[in-house]
Amino acid sequence: MSTNNQIKDKQNNLEQNQSKHNPTLAAILSIVPGLGQIYNKRYIKGAVLFIFFAAFAVVMLEFITSGLHGLVTLGEVPREDDSRVFLSNGILALIFSAFYIAFYILNISDAHKDAKKIQAGWKVTGILEGFRNAWDSSFPYFLVGPGLILLIFVVIFPLLFMGFIAFTNYNLYNAPPRHLLEWVGFENFTRLFTIREWRTTFVSVLSWTLVWTFVATTLQIALAMFLAILTNDKRLKFKRVIRTVFILPWAVPSFVTIIVFSALFNDNFGAINVEIIQPLFNTMIPWMTNSTWTRVALIMIQVWLGFPYVYALFTGVLTGISNDWYEAADIDGASRWQKFTSITFPHLMFATAPLLIMQYSFNFNNFNVIYLFNEGGPALRGQTAGGTDILISWIYGLTFNNQQFNMAAAISLILGLIVATFAFLQFRRSRSFKEEGTF
Amino acid sequence: MSQLTANKTMSRKTKNFFELALIYIVVAIAFVIIFYPLLWALGVSLNPGRGLYGASMIPENWSLDHYRWLFTDPRSNYLLWYRNTLAVSASVAFFGTLITALTAYAFSRYRFKGRKNGLYAFLLVQMFPVLMAMVALYILLNTIGLLDSLFGLAIIYVGGSIPMNAFLVKGYFDTLPRELDESAKIDGAGHFRIFFQILLPLAKPILAVVALFNFMSPLMDFILPRIVIRSPEKYTLALGLYNFVNDQFSNNFTRFAAGAMLVAIPVAILYLFLQKYLITGLSSGATKG
Repeated sequence: MSTNNQIKDKQNNLEQNQSKHNPTLAAILSIVPGLGQIYNKRYIKGAVLFIFFAAFAVVMLEFITSGLHGLVTLGEVPREDDSRVFLSNGILALIFSAFYIAFYILNISDAHKDAKKIQAGWKVTGILEGFRNAWDSSFPYFLVGPGLILLIFVVIFPLLFMGFIAFTNYNLYNAPPRHLLEWVGFENFTRLFTIREWRTTFVSVLSWTLVWTFVATTLQIALAMFLAILTNDKRLKFKRVIRTVFILPWAVPSFVTIIVFSALFNDNFGAINVEIIQPLFNTMIPWMTNSTWTRVALIMIQVWLGFPYVYALFTGVLTGISNDWYEAADIDGASRWQKFTSITFPHLMFATAPLLIMQYSFNFNNFNVIYLFNEGGPALRGQTAGGTDILISWIYGLTFNNQQFNMAAAISLILGLIVATFAFLQFRRSRSFKEEGTF
Repeated sequence: MSQLTANKTMSRKTKNFFELALIYIVVAIAFVIIFYPLLWALGVSLNPGRGLYGASMIPENWSLDHYRWLFTDPRSNYLLWYRNTLAVSASVAFFGTLITALTAYAFSRYRFKGRKNGLYAFLLVQMFPVLMAMVALYILLNTIGLLDSLFGLAIIYVGGSIPMNAFLVKGYFDTLPRELDESAKIDGAGHFRIFFQILLPLAKPILAVVALFNFMSPLMDFILPRIVIRSPEKYTLALGLYNFVNDQFSNNFTRFAAGAMLVAIPVAILYLFLQKYLITGLSSGATKG
């Protein structure tokens, strides 16, 4: 009897305690990480959190403060301080402190949430169950963790580094470790737009990049569509063989074919001039030394390289279109062109639009074909970009040949802005974004 | 009356015939344009001479000299390059696919804090090729001295491949019914068991595609090795072969052609065998993801 009473008493006590349990207090206590959890009577969790945060602070505080300091000054003693090291340590410090702050906020919100649950009558679980719950709820983070860490160090860190370089004066004449770098604000960008040589080069490279992207990709898609519809004809035999051959250019590594093409297009003894142009028209076309002809050659090569993939996509869609559509159209007396515009074309576009847009963005940054064919050349007098350089290959030239790191980084940033805007517009419309909320 | 219909069928028949002939002619022209550069490269690789000048598609006295040189000459690093490339490719294919699958599994099957932001971040990062940060990579690798290491090269490939491929695989996972893992969970299967025994086998097609792409990128790419690798015995195939042509263009083109054939033929065969897989995997990932 008495034990029963005691238990009841305890329960009453507990309920009272629970309603008194204050989430705000838990959150405030969590300003010292772990204390809020201890207030929630989750002692082990609290202790682990406290140790984790304290250890991180002790180990990293020195690194973070000196890193951030170095990021501001970029070194003080010429010839001794290497600004590049200061810059990269500074970025690392930024990344680490971002993580620390994120975890810190998570810790506070976790204490607050637990306290709220306790207030509502939830009992603190035993250690074992607590562990299991922790394992369950943190499992996705373990899954994402390795990929995320790799991504941060391999992709995001270099991108940040590049972004910062765009605001320094790092070039051939002012290179660490001999000189210290300095922050110059938007000077590189203003130079790009106000100094005449830079501006004309930038405008001509950008416009060629856009023309290149649009013309090469559209031709590639148009040719693929034409051939796909042609080879889908019911009367045609050897379809398998034809399709396999048409996919061949995609299957051969592109660096091989581009180099082969650059030999075929050689001005003096390339097969195209010697075997085709010379006998037919009795002249030689300066494929490699005249910008316009190089551009024509590049577009033709890219069509050759790029059409098979789109062709394969289209063929897949075409074989999937039900014959009923065409039969119904036949009964209505539709012409061939009408069947194409109102049945075939919409089907093809609906199924492959996102992939086709990816083809455009691929060609926008298609470094390989531009560089391997003629290294962006022919060289033009008075500018750092060759006649066929697109933005990405111009950046390459500025980095490796001219060592104009600051300008290369500034142009990379502009390129990034273009790509990001395009991506944003595209993804807002794409299905993967909309479907995200449905389950 | 019957005369008229006979005429009509006749004209339809001839029209049919001409149309079909036209299609065959177009296909034949396309065949010539596709095969010409490939066969030309094969022919040139069998020329005994070294230069582009004088090399012809159908050599008069063909020889396997260049192939022999690649494999036996003490100055040739060809086998080393082949081994380097395969090592990098294989490790990128394995680790890249594993990490991608794990990430995609989390994003597809779990609802956790930061998931939405993580997806946005991946979408955004996916748009920026690693190549865009080449200024930074060049400076950084120079400063830290991580230059000239195949390990560093493989890590960059793995990291760069994650965002895009994770989306592809996530899209595929999303199409697999969730009832499957729910019922497995009721039967007492843990997180990893569900992943390895239920989802992975079902996602084989898309994983094959991702693995193949991961395997191919070190084989095809030449710019990243060019930034990272310095010493000739660590070159990958693309970089080494490019240098055959780049050093003295007309001198070693035939040797380049020979080396390139030995890469292009196996790769092409692999692609043609797996083309169905590749295309269905790619299009399903893009339209459903």
